[in-house]
Amino acid sequence: MSTQLDLECRQVVKSFGKFTAVDNVSLEIPQGSFFSILGPSGCGKTTLLRMLAGFIEPTTGDIRIKDKSMLGVPPNKRPANMVFQHLALFPMMNVAENIAYGLKRRKIGQAEIDRKVADVLERVSLPDAGEKRIEQLSGGQRQRIAIARSLVLEPALLLLDEPLGALDLKLREHMKVELKQLQHEVGTTFVYITHDQSEALVMSDNVAVMNEGRFEQVGTPQDLYYNPSTAFVAGFVGDANRWEGRIESLEGGQAMVALEEGGVIATSFAPGTSFSAGETVDLFVRPEAIVIERSKAAQEKARLSGGKNTLSGVVQNLLFDGANSRALVRDQATGHEVMVSLPQTGAFSDLKSGEALVLSWDVEKTRAFKATKAASQGIAA
Amino acid sequence: MIPSIPQSKFSTRLYAAYVTLFFLYLAAPLIVVGVFAFNDSLFPSMPWNGVTFDWFLGTESPRVGVFHDSQLLESIGYSAFIAICVTLMAVAVGTCNAFLFERHSFPFKNILYIVALMPLVVPGVILGISMLVFANSLVNGIEDLFGFELDILRPGLFLVILGQFAFVTTITTLVISARLRKFDTSLEEAALNLGATKWEAVQTITLPFLKPAMIGAGIVCFLMSFENFNTTLMLVGSDSPLTITMFDRLKQGSTPALNAASLMLMVVSGGLALISVFVQRDRTASPE
Amino acid sequence: MSSVSTLSGTAEQERKVPVIKLGTFLLMLPLLLWLFLLIILPHVDLLMVSLREKLGYREYAFSFQNYIEFFTEPLYWNTFVRTAVMSIIATVITLVVGFPISYYIAKVLKGKKRSLLFMMCLIPFWVSELVRTFGWMILLRESGVISSFLQWAGVVDGPVEMLYNDASLMVGLVYTSMLFMVVPLVSVLDTLDDSLIEAGYDLGGNTFNILREIVIPHAMPGIASGCIVVFMLTLGNYLTPTLLGGKDGLWFTEQIYNQFITRFNWESGSAFGFLLLILSSAIVFVGLKLSRQTLADTVK
Repeated sequence: MSTQLDLECRQVVKSFGKFTAVDNVSLEIPQGSFFSILGPSGCGKTTLLRMLAGFIEPTTGDIRIKDKSMLGVPPNKRPANMVFQHLALFPMMNVAENIAYGLKRRKIGQAEIDRKVADVLERVSLPDAGEKRIEQLSGGQRQRIAIARSLVLEPALLLLDEPLGALDLKLREHMKVELKQLQHEVGTTFVYITHDQSEALVMSDNVAVMNEGRFEQVGTPQDLYYNPSTAFVAGFVGDANRWEGRIESLEGGQAMVALEEGGVIATSFAPGTSFSAGETVDLFVRPEAIVIERSKAAQEKARLSGGKNTLSGVVQNLLFDGANSRALVRDQATGHEVMVSLPQTGAFSDLKSGEALVLSWDVEKTRAFKATKAASQGIAA
Repeated sequence: MIPSIPQSKFSTRLYAAYVTLFFLYLAAPLIVVGVFAFNDSLFPSMPWNGVTFDWFLGTESPRVGVFHDSQLLESIGYSAFIAICVTLMAVAVGTCNAFLFERHSFPFKNILYIVALMPLVVPGVILGISMLVFANSLVNGIEDLFGFELDILRPGLFLVILGQFAFVTTITTLVISARLRKFDTSLEEAALNLGATKWEAVQTITLPFLKPAMIGAGIVCFLMSFENFNTTLMLVGSDSPLTITMFDRLKQGSTPALNAASLMLMVVSGGLALISVFVQRDRTASPE
Repeated sequence: MSSVSTLSGTAEQERKVPVIKLGTFLLMLPLLLWLFLLIILPHVDLLMVSLREKLGYREYAFSFQNYIEFFTEPLYWNTFVRTAVMSIIATVITLVVGFPISYYIAKVLKGKKRSLLFMMCLIPFWVSELVRTFGWMILLRESGVISSFLQWAGVVDGPVEMLYNDASLMVGLVYTSMLFMVVPLVSVLDTLDDSLIEAGYDLGGNTFNILREIVIPHAMPGIASGCIVVFMLTLGNYLTPTLLGGKDGLWFTEQIYNQFITRFNWESGSAFGFLLLILSSAIVFVGLKLSRQTLADTVK
């Protein structure tokens, strides 16, 4: 992968009156990568994408594509093409005419256009679709034609505005894989915005998590999942159990946190973070980090035992979903509900509501962040 | 093009200027008619001689105001009478037609529907002359057969009412049908289920539902009738309604009393238009 | 409504007996009276009258004389063609003037401003055509507002007569028809998704070719129904040509009026009326066929 940057944003700000939709966003996307911007609705991701396309001018800051500033460059002159949320295929033209539309604007000869259209249709595996009307295509085919229409112009950037949103679940899963493969084959830089974390995680080389107009964290999908750097990311990317508490003591890389509802959970810190005793923090634990055992022992509050956090509770509800089955366990002493993943071995397939369980997890699997409003928002989203 | 596509300041302003100019074009004749109703001059034209209310209130010739111009007042009376008759008939028949086309099946339904739309396509002048010719044939036929003259079918108010009714009914039928199509028939079934007779169900549930459309259609009818010219011109007898009187005066050249009458016409039309918009708003607020 | 109960009604329908229920028949009565007495029979009678020749008092013979007269007398024929051509020109001008306005209302403006401007477009048409035409007379005549303004501004030295020519007639015809163009155009442009325009722009299009390849093809049904209605209304207009048009160029409706009222020649007047009806219907028919619409669609 070359180190040349396809896209660079420098301190981009967009305000609408008093409201700041995009707040000081900087980002660099190297050539040929799949970059996603993930965030809840209203976080400013669509505004950012439309600034890249040229439909909105930034209030301040600079957007550079292939090291050229795009300020004041209208959308029809930018080397960036967009796949619209509802695709925006022209219903008054057939498939080939849709794809040829941009080529014609470049005054390319008809023979060349025909060749390029045939090529790109081949590439999206719809070689015979040229004469079809848009309404004759299925949802997945429309998707591919919309992408082909942009790709045929060989843009530096392909901007995708949640194009999978309108598809049904099964097709969406399929298109995720297809999109990733397509990007890999053509080597064009994709900038993809979505509110669906699974889309972002599955397809992207890099993901930026956006919230309230700012980037919370930019990193690989693995980074975001395993090393979230803010409470919002921890809550928004993947599922997590959350507790609120106050730091009682700090020792080495480890702290004891007294929970609001009673009990204690030990946590380690992400490198580069600093906490002090008495601070309120939010704790996050992923459901799959928790190990479960059947137990007849007396109910106890959360505590540190044998180097692991333990907690006892009663199964409140079983959420069977094949390999993703979970149980909702209620801490009888405090009423706090904890989501745990059931092992895929099927060891607990006979688990029933009302059974008592002991939950335990490693200290390092607990993530602590300074308490913020954003953390609870992330969970809610 | 659209706000999200950057355009040069020049072309945006040019476009806005064009739109402004267009609305000036729309408003100019109406404003002029209204303003000259107050011109202290014998003719509705320049120069401007200052403000007077003579053209509303004047009593002595040549400055006879609308309120003392017996010919104009009489023609307003005729217009109102015609409009009320046409409105009542057209709304009643339109409602029947709506039920018929939306709820019933009968032979030649589609053909009859197309014929019912025809008055929209037939120029008003031709509707007028065809009615005139047919009425005359009837009068002559009856005279030949029974030996008496059916004077009511001679050009006059009755023929004008029939002529306007003939095309206005198409509009009421369309408006009321559109509303009836949105009616959830299970409401009527619920009424039947609760012990209402079929007629009671229609009366207590369906007709109240149709009321906004009936009022709206009625207002449109009234205005269309009041302002109709083409059809009326061909069927009118000695009692001429307002538009015909005004037309005759216009051709001869007239005092600004005509402006005063026009201004009042505008105010009444505007008021009725506002009411109909209000009624239609009620329509969109109801569950659809 | 119906004297027959619902149950037996459905049973009847199931048996597909082509019998009209009593209730349906009673409901049909006003419709049939309206259509037959006021629409169909008068037009049939009009056709019959146009096909007869007056021999003496209440004495007639079947003849094509009235139609022959129309085609052999250049005055009638010229008026007919002139009316049709002028109507086409008026329709085109109305479209060209109204399209940018409709586009502005439907696509450029949003929210309250948009409904306000749309309402403002409709208001003039609640006012009688007579009043509107009267307004144009006050504006355009020799002693009118525009003439006075031009003199005041020093553009011209003496009063100018702008009334009673083809240009003033056009101004009036376009004015009168505008609503019937703007309403269908606004509603069809409303359904054009903004993202289609954005996509066209994003793919390198400019204002001109987006208009030609995306906006106009999309708006075609609205353009067709707007043009049909405007053409029809212009063709059948009587007031505007009489009051604003020149004395030398008659409108065909004026010919009809003259035959009926002035010359009391009902036979040839009927023939003229029928010819106008045929022209009008033919244009509507061709327009509907070209735009692949039905009459029922157009009135919606």
